[in-house]
Amino acid sequence: MSDKCLRNAKIISLVFTVVVILIAGKSFYEHRFFKGAVVLSSGVTEVKKLSDYFAPLKGTMNDCNIYIFDSKVPGGTAMVVGGSHPEEPAANLAAQVMVENAQLEQGRLIVAIWLNKSASTVSRPGDAYPQFYYIPTAWGKKKFRLGDRWANPLDSWPDPEVYVHYPSGQMLAYMDIRNMNRVWPGRANGTIVEQTCYAFMELIRAEGVNVFMDLHEAELEYPVISTIVANQNAQEVAAMASMILTAFEFERPIGMEFSPPSLHGLSHREVGDHSEALSVLFESPEPFIDRVRGVTDEHLLLTGKDPFVMKAGEHGLLYEKIDERGWPIEVRVGRHCSTILQVVQTYSEMYPDKAIAISQVPRYADLITNGVGYYFYNPTTVSSDRVVYE
Amino acid sequence: MTTVNLIIMIIYHLISAFISFVLIWSIIKTKNIQEAILYCIILIPFVLRVFHIK
Repeated sequence: MSDKCLRNAKIISLVFTVVVILIAGKSFYEHRFFKGAVVLSSGVTEVKKLSDYFAPLKGTMNDCNIYIFDSKVPGGTAMVVGGSHPEEPAANLAAQVMVENAQLEQGRLIVAIWLNKSASTVSRPGDAYPQFYYIPTAWGKKKFRLGDRWANPLDSWPDPEVYVHYPSGQMLAYMDIRNMNRVWPGRANGTIVEQTCYAFMELIRAEGVNVFMDLHEAELEYPVISTIVANQNAQEVAAMASMILTAFEFERPIGMEFSPPSLHGLSHREVGDHSEALSVLFESPEPFIDRVRGVTDEHLLLTGKDPFVMKAGEHGLLYEKIDERGWPIEVRVGRHCSTILQVVQTYSEMYPDKAIAISQVPRYADLITNGVGYYFYNPTTVSSDRVVYE
Repeated sequence: MTTVNLIIMIIYHLISAFISFVLIWSIIKTKNIQEAILYCIILIPFVLRVFHIK
């Protein structure tokens, strides 16, 4: 090859490389810095930042919004958090349904949609995860970012060889130092995820949270599914709520499990142990994260229909039933919303001096009838001071 | 701990920038077009790391 040809081939190769870098970079950049609109319900009385409770988080990726509903009527305080694992969309969608619809009749409600926001800024291209998904509404499609289970390495790196949980000293897999639900109760001088958990513990203590509810989804191959996992301080509330929901509301049962005393780092264990709050965690079924799934796309994420997961079910390999109806997103969000409302109602009945009354939040049947998008509002048609982005 | 992580992260980015430079230099110097194309492909993730994008 002549020098001229070689030079031209190099220039073409470099130009092609720059084009690939620009296309890939634009895609990754848009995913990392995407901001979704949240239309505040008229019941939201204040929007704070997590850094208001722990200043070192200010300006970091995990400085999420904290939505506060205050009825001004004396009572208890409930807290709902989604987005601990941003690959579990029913959690953040249910939390956002709360923020856009809830009204407080008594007590206070605190909601965080993105507990581990950093984890929402990274996806799993190796697992073929889509970057975004879209919820149909009457006014168009609402865009949401699909994240991962662990915080973005751009925000927390390197991982240790072995993650030693603080303060228990329990050893866990290295990457779980970026897993929000393995790091509770966090520590002030730790990594960003440890600091985030610490900030939430500060919030829980400062606001006097009485009931803490952490929303999750689980693969059907995983035994902890369709259940309320409860700290020992919340066992009575969780057991009663699961029985009522199973008997009167849900098509498929929701169970109740004890939080193992020696399994550390999970919210149902640590929040209950390190604060006065009753701590529970909800799991709904999400076939999208099953290992045996087939095509991994937005359709599977939102419909929960997968022939390979169904086949695994036929062979008795799953801990939850699945049929041709799948596990649609409205069913999963509906289970979370109803479970929140039932836990709050049961708590209020057991602790009438700290009662909390929430209204206008759709229940399971409402979400199945109307879909999730029905409960999201058009940010362009409301006053700009009632719209926040995160 | 976070200070140590930050230092390692900065060193990592400096190393990534150095490797990017070496790759670009190698593309310019090589007489083999297959090597040039290979270096171009290798360059992509390093540039994305240097710019803190991925």
